[in-house]
Amino acid sequence: MNMGEDKMAEAVEQLAGAIVEKYAGEKFALIGLRSRGDEVALRLKSQLEAKGVELDFGILDISLYRDDLNHLSANPKLQASEISFAVDGAKVILVDDVLFTGRTVRSAIDALMDYGRPAGVELAVLVDRGHRELPIEPNYVGISIETERLDDVVVHLKNTDGVDEILVHRAQS
Amino acid sequence: MIRKDLLDIESLSRAEIEELLDQAVPFKDLFTRSVKKVPALKGKTVLNLFYEPSTRTLSSFEVAAKRLSADVTNFDVPHSSVVKGESVKDTIDTLQSMRTDYIIVRNKLSGLPGVIARETKASVINAGDGQHAHPTQALLDGFTFREVFPQTDGRRILIVGDILHSRVARSTTNLMRKIGVEVAWLGPGPLVPKHGPKGVRRFTNYEEAMAWAPDVVYLLRVQMERQDVQYFPSLREYHKLYGVTTERFKQIEDNGTYIMHPGPVNRGVELCDAVMDYSKSLINTQVENGIAARMAVLYSLKPGTSEDSAS
Repeated sequence: MNMGEDKMAEAVEQLAGAIVEKYAGEKFALIGLRSRGDEVALRLKSQLEAKGVELDFGILDISLYRDDLNHLSANPKLQASEISFAVDGAKVILVDDVLFTGRTVRSAIDALMDYGRPAGVELAVLVDRGHRELPIEPNYVGISIETERLDDVVVHLKNTDGVDEILVHRAQS
Repeated sequence: MIRKDLLDIESLSRAEIEELLDQAVPFKDLFTRSVKKVPALKGKTVLNLFYEPSTRTLSSFEVAAKRLSADVTNFDVPHSSVVKGESVKDTIDTLQSMRTDYIIVRNKLSGLPGVIARETKASVINAGDGQHAHPTQALLDGFTFREVFPQTDGRRILIVGDILHSRVARSTTNLMRKIGVEVAWLGPGPLVPKHGPKGVRRFTNYEEAMAWAPDVVYLLRVQMERQDVQYFPSLREYHKLYGVTTERFKQIEDNGTYIMHPGPVNRGVELCDAVMDYSKSLINTQVENGIAARMAVLYSLKPGTSEDSAS
């Protein structure tokens, strides 16, 4: 069930291909969600740029928009969001590593709207593992994995974790 | 960092201070967005309990709390309960019943914020108590200092004025030393404590202090409304001896020394007019950074949860 470097590269390629097809010649922006979504977005960016695609790039920290701050014993450490282009009127693709409940994406949409009014927002994820708790669906998916609600899906990336792998820890039943 | 209250700088470790200063950075970034507000404290209540008048600190906390989407109430003490003779204990009981999540306290008495912190589940932030501490001022000073000097170790700050009665001097000295900055004090002999923390240099002569080559000169406000005035021969004399006069300003400009001041400035006392337009005056930056630093504090404290909380 676990996947390595090759499988991940393939997934990123697939995402890049689908995005190119959709946006042929049209300007858009990639915004990666901290943490690891930014790393996936960077890989997409370099693949897309290699294909001659021009795009804006940004990183979003959604900590302040999380809906579970009340339930945490310590608030997550904030990092800077880096969005230096005008969000107003932009076509934005949010990028994350794993799509699960959809709550992170909900937070990200709220955070993004506070930077301006984008013309449109789409969602690209490296892994979709299902079990949404909100009505949110991705536009681009690298890999879909069948999981149980309590399974744990972990993405490791070279720049943050030293290795490219997707691990699925099955819940003890 | 897991803490319920922020009462002073002494009890914070260097790591905790640096975490708070790090957290202030993304908050400051928000100020350039079209929407400056974030929902982190939505549904939380912040109560400003100021027993002592303060427009600046109060507004700064109010803006910080509102930008975090908290509801803010100003409990205007001098005009209400104290006049009616309500005891501190009764006030605390009232606050506890209001179920506020954060209480910002300023008081003439040293230690009151600590008492309130022990008695309530709310997170208590000391906004200045007597001559004891003013931790959020110290944090905004540290944040401002670090923006200019990202490597703080071995840098030098000269704090000028009535050190003895100043909670700003006490807290800012503590914080600077914890982040590796060398601190010196300059002021009239009786107002510069002889037994300060180890390693703090003591000057009573301006020229000698400047020869120490500080990176930042931090001018304390002369508290006209407090007792300080009686220690100085006159305000003119203070300006001549310890203020940044027109002449001294030239030297500061030539050396590229930065100027800080907690505000509000008494022009012609702590500094001459020209300093206000100086490109290395950080005084206005301090005001802006005060909001970011206080947002970082509000965001980092956890009401009612930590081990130092009341039962």
